[in-house]
Order: sequence, then C-alpha cells, then structure tokens
Amino acid sequence: MSNFSDALKSGKFVVTGEIGPPKGINVGPMFEEAEHLRGKVVAINVTDIQSSVMRLSSLAVCIRLKQMGLEPILQMVCRDRNRLALQSDLLGAAMWGIENVLCLTGDHVSLGDHKDAKNVFDLDSVTLLQAASTLMSGKDMAGNALDGAPSFFPGAVVSPASDPVEPQIIKMRSKVEAGAKFFQTQAVYDPKQMDEFMKKVASLNVPVLAGIVLLKSPKMAAFMNENVAGVHVPQELIDEMAAVEKKEYKKKAVEIAARLIKQMKDCCNGVHIMPLGWDALVPSVLEKAGV
Amino acid sequence: MIIQKQKSFEEILKSLEGEKKVFIFGCADCATACKTGGQPELDEMKKKLEEKGFEVTGTYVLDTACLVGEVRQRGREHQQQIDAADSILMLACGTATQTVFDTLNKLTHPGCESLFIGSVQRLGKYVEKCSACGECILEETGGICPVTRCPKGLMNGPCGGYRNGKCEVNSDQDCAWLLIYDRLKARGKLANIEKIRPAKSNRTAGKARSFVWERK
Repeated sequence: MSNFSDALKSGKFVVTGEIGPPKGINVGPMFEEAEHLRGKVVAINVTDIQSSVMRLSSLAVCIRLKQMGLEPILQMVCRDRNRLALQSDLLGAAMWGIENVLCLTGDHVSLGDHKDAKNVFDLDSVTLLQAASTLMSGKDMAGNALDGAPSFFPGAVVSPASDPVEPQIIKMRSKVEAGAKFFQTQAVYDPKQMDEFMKKVASLNVPVLAGIVLLKSPKMAAFMNENVAGVHVPQELIDEMAAVEKKEYKKKAVEIAARLIKQMKDCCNGVHIMPLGWDALVPSVLEKAGV
Repeated sequence: MIIQKQKSFEEILKSLEGEKKVFIFGCADCATACKTGGQPELDEMKKKLEEKGFEVTGTYVLDTACLVGEVRQRGREHQQQIDAADSILMLACGTATQTVFDTLNKLTHPGCESLFIGSVQRLGKYVEKCSACGECILEETGGICPVTRCPKGLMNGPCGGYRNGKCEVNSDQDCAWLLIYDRLKARGKLANIEKIRPAKSNRTAGKARSFVWERK
C-alpha cells in the first residue's frame, strides 16, 4: 500500500501538501514547489483542472511526481469525464502505481474560463468512489470482469465550515460507505468548529486531515469569505493580518497556519496544507507547529 | 409548458432574406402563455413585417401546434394562403416548428427560442423544474428534482458549494439539495437521502426519444 495509507494507519499526525498544474507546459516552477515539500509531507495532492480553469493534466503530473520519488494524491473530479473515461483513467493511474485517489464532485464550468463547455457529472463524488471500489473488486461499473484488478487508496473531501453542516455529514457517511478511506477538508480557520465537527463524525472511524490554506493577505481572506463556499475566516484573523505591514505578510501567514495546526492537532488525524504557491513556507509552518 | 422567447426581429428578418411573402402560425398553448405566439403577437409581427415590405398572406393561432392532426387540418383550411407564401414563420416552440415543416412540407422558419419545460411563477417569470429524464425520483427527494434544480445534477447530496442556502453557480438560486434536506428533515424522512443512489442511467434521457403505446 501507499506510504500515505501506512502513515495514517500508524496513527501518526500526517501532513499532506498540494500543487496545481499550470496552464501550459512550463512545469519547472510547479516541480520546484513540490521540491519544497520533499521530506516535509507524506504525499502531495495534484489538483484536477482546479476552479474549472483549463490546465495541464493531473494524472500526467502525478506520474512525474512518482518518478521524482514523491508520493502523489491524484485528484479526480466528475465535471469533465463520463464513467468510461473516469474508470479508464483510474486504471491508467493504477498502471503507474498511483494508489491515492481523491474523488471530488468538481466545480461547475461556469466558474472557470471555458464557460461554454459541457458539464458532465455523469458520476458524483460518491459514485466515483464506488467506481474505484468496484474496479478494486475486479469488475467495472457494468459488471464486466477486469483482466487485472487495480489497488487504490481512495479518499474524499468534506467542508466542516458549511452551514448547515448536517448535509455534509450525511454525504460523508455515504462516501465512507462507498469506500473513502480518508478525508481532506476544505480550509478551516476555526479550531473550535473543527473540534465540534470531529466529534460529530467520530463514529465514522475514518481519518480526517484538516485543510490549511495559508492566508496571504487581509484582502485574500476577505475574498475567500465573500466567494469561497464552505470557508469562513474569522474577523480576528483578518484583523491580525491587517495589523502587520505588507512585507510581514509571509511571516504572519506562517505564524497563523502554525498556530491553527497546533490548536487542531489533537482533534484530527493530520493536516492538508494548500500553500497556493507559497510552498517554500511550508517547512517553517511545520517547524513552528512542531510537527 | 414549453417556456420560450421570441428571437430578435433582426434574426427573424435575416431568416426571411430573399423572400417576399410569409404566412405566420402561432399556438394557443405555451406560445400564448409566454406571449410569443398568441394572436396579439401574430398581429404585431404582421405589422412589423409589412413595414419592412413583406406581404403577410395570413396568420393563424393553432390550438396546439405540436399535434400533427391539428396542423394537417388547419393547414388544409389555410391551403391557399400558405401556398401563396414563400414560407411559414412559426411563433411557437421548436417542436411546433418541426411539426409544421414535417406535416405541411413547407419551408418553416423558427421565430422563437425554446428554453425549457417550466413552471409559470407569474406572467414573465418562469422556472425550470423537470428535465423529462424518464426516471422520476421526486418520491424520494421530497418533490424537488435534483437532476434539474442542481446545476450539476448531483444524485447524492449537495457539493460543498452552497452559501447562505444558495448555489455556487448562481447566488439567486436556492441550493436544490438544501431544499430537499429541509423538506425531508421537516417530515422525518432524512433516511431517503442517507442511502446511496447509484449512478443514474442515461439511457432514458438519450436522444432522440419516442414513445409508443403498447397494444393491450
């Protein structure tokens, strides 16, 4: 099994990171970001046409990460491919030894840069997890036998800051039933809220990594509150960021992220850090957080 | 009802390029309710076309323009006026346009955009509630269709995109899955959405569909 699944099984506090493929084939900067994460995180998510903005393939980047000796978590969304293509790409990932697969619904195309594209959503996050489980059992979704069954470590996402949160929890339960072995959350900034959420889902007995998005500026925080569903940055954090000079933002971002990790360390199984390009700061965040 | 809007007059004029005489059909059902092809709209279109130098050989509001029998009969009754025209302008939905063209074998121009099967909230405000997918699940989802009212057509609960009860795609639109959740919760039926719904079959929604009664 993957190092990531072994780490979660061991009960250690697990850290994952994230990179986003570029629009184009200038992959140098992205792999430099990944290098900052080497040895600091167990595995690295690779986003799949994030925000519906057309980009280089997630699977292709995952293959390269693997060749570089870094462990990928392949993100797969349901927006762009029907069940034939999704199953086919899952088998393709398995052929390259990519086991960690994060199954998501995906943003609607109207949020991205190809607004006239067709939304597929033939499957949803739950049925995509089912598809991965079915393939592992040696069959495809139509019930036909596979010549060689793949092995996956499937996971999913959940938004603890959604209001109401109960529909998220109902769906989370379905995802576990469909085969999700781990969860990574949308960004959380309220440790108390995360703690309450973890109590509500304790009976599911599944590891949850709290999402950490580095706050880059007070403006970015306000933007997320306005525009990103399921994310709420408390005013105190925005004020804290606003109280320092612009050149100190990076230092503050590290300080806040490290503090959040410390505060949430006891309630969840790890953290998933989404540095949004500030990957170079991840080592100091982790050092400061003491993980 | 088929919700529709008239094409712009410029677009209609472009479709009539090179022609001089036109016959106009409307429909007393959806097109009348949407004010695209009732008698007042036909009269107005006639006037505008005449101002542009066209001869309108006749106008008629069909009872139900998607009925082949109705179209055939009214076509016969207006045979001379239709024969005298270069083409028919159809001020009704796309089904009506094709029914007329196919039945009368006369060049028929679409005068409207068919938008969706909709519910009339009031005159001028229409919303889509059903996609005619052929596999109704309203019984389980509290009478709210996620196939239609969730922009992603999700079958197993909401995505993470709702904010203040609204959809990430359109902040004027309620999140369909939150509506389902609220309605089922109020009725003690949350169990309906706690079970996994398998991936939807797309066969019943495949184009082009037809339906023929089986002989008893």
